Amino acid sequence: MSYLAAGLPAPGPASDGLDAPFWQGLADEKLLLQRCQSCERWQWGAEWVCHRCRSFDLTFEETQATGIIYSHQRVWHPVHPALTDQGAFVIVLVELPHADNVRMVGNLLGDPMQDLAIGAAVTGVYEHHTDNDPNFTLLQWQITR
Amino acid sequence: MTDRTLRGKVAVAGVGQTEYYKWGQAPEPEFKLAITAILNACDDAGISPSEIDGFSSYSNDRSEASRMSAALGIDDLRLAVMQWGGGGGGAAAAVANASAAIATGQAECVVVFRALAQGQFGRFGQGPRRNTIRGASAHTVPYGLMSPAQMFAMRVTRFMHEHGVRQEALRAISLASYHHAQTNPAATMYGRPLTAEKYDNSRWITEPFHLYDCCQENDGAAAIILVPAERAADFGHPPCYVLGAVSGSHHRAAAGVHNDAHYATSTFETVAPRLYEMAKVAPSDVDVVQSYENFTGGVMMALVEHGFCTPAQANDFFTLDNLVTPDGAFPLNTSGGNLAEAYMHGLGLTIEAVRQVRGTSPNQVRAGGVDVSMMIAGPMVTPVSSCIFGSEASL
Repeated sequence: MSYLAAGLPAPGPASDGLDAPFWQGLADEKLLLQRCQSCERWQWGAEWVCHRCRSFDLTFEETQATGIIYSHQRVWHPVHPALTDQGAFVIVLVELPHADNVRMVGNLLGDPMQDLAIGAAVTGVYEHHTDNDPNFTLLQWQITR
Repeated sequence: MTDRTLRGKVAVAGVGQTEYYKWGQAPEPEFKLAITAILNACDDAGISPSEIDGFSSYSNDRSEASRMSAALGIDDLRLAVMQWGGGGGGAAAAVANASAAIATGQAECVVVFRALAQGQFGRFGQGPRRNTIRGASAHTVPYGLMSPAQMFAMRVTRFMHEHGVRQEALRAISLASYHHAQTNPAATMYGRPLTAEKYDNSRWITEPFHLYDCCQENDGAAAIILVPAERAADFGHPPCYVLGAVSGSHHRAAAGVHNDAHYATSTFETVAPRLYEMAKVAPSDVDVVQSYENFTGGVMMALVEHGFCTPAQANDFFTLDNLVTPDGAFPLNTSGGNLAEAYMHGLGLTIEAVRQVRGTSPNQVRAGGVDVSMMIAGPMVTPVSSCIFGSEASL
């Protein structure tokens, strides 16, 4: 059961392979983000070079899928034909304090009309799409209980 | 080093536009719209199109300079420049790039233009129509984040959260544009006023944007011709000079998946100070501002970042009374702007900024023309840009 109706474009690794480990990680229910082996800082989105020390020595390391809501939006207008009957849904921008405050975009699971609060703690939920060829996995978020 | 400025070195010869249409409804192809606006600008300047020797545009305009040059019979093409970046962030940058070329002797008569025919080429506000998405967009689109309104809504929400800005501030920006359109017969929303109640009852696109916080999409074209300042008085209009024009963006503004550390911004915090430095004016010297409304929240942040009010003052500053002519202290978007005149990716706003200096605005701030007239382009995209035009007295 996915949060959004089926039919949105399915994510795949970048054609140059830059973020391929990330997508494989989600399939394995692991959050793998980029970390510089030179300055040991995290960065996201993926890039070929560390924006701080300009080292090319970046690897994908596992980190904890927990964070806080940095910003949010409740979407009403269907921007894609797949969303015509979706109704309102919630997008959150989640900050990961334990990984140098990198941010990720996802949906906030639960009632789309729930109160949205910047600063609320959220936990990641792996949403597997096995009916797509090829399969893919999204990282969604829910309020930490 | 004193010569490294655009201030006072370039003047506006003429401005032109086509009729403005609802998106997809232009009766002419996009290239013909572009040519029409340029020829109208030549008429306004009283010059022959053969005088044009350069083209400057932005947002990957499809009316390519060499084809334009061939179509218009240009003898000596000297400049063909395109500002990188999407949306309307390049509207003032196209003025800056053209002005830089003129100031350094690379060209003598450059037309800045933008043309849009969405029936021919498709709309902006809709998501991708393909089965698979890769690259940076793969980290947002599958979560339903794909339209411009969605790309910017969370920046505005974060800003409103940090500074306690209320929805009414955004509403006032929308109401001001619609108010000014009612005296501009060229505006697509002429005769279609907006009330606070109608705004409040309009549907959400994505919170915090109601329908009326979002720009229209329109078909049409607009053009502005720039020449060396020595020729400023040759065109039958009060002289209108470029006082400053700049572009850029803050640290890692385009970092993937909304990861620029300074997120709650319109992208002008590093850009606006350079504009004032070049133009040698302060915010208090600016008589009138045209500020690109892709979404009202971007206007709010852009005006804060250009120093017209502090974040803490936003709720008191952004009121309809304050933003409209003739009595408001801060007249904003005096032709109706992107929301209510037309969405020409900001070039309509640039033309209105020139009209205010000439004294020919449908909502003229000062009879006979203002001295300092600002245009702010494409908030929240990267790179953004802004420019200031000035009268003879401003030099």
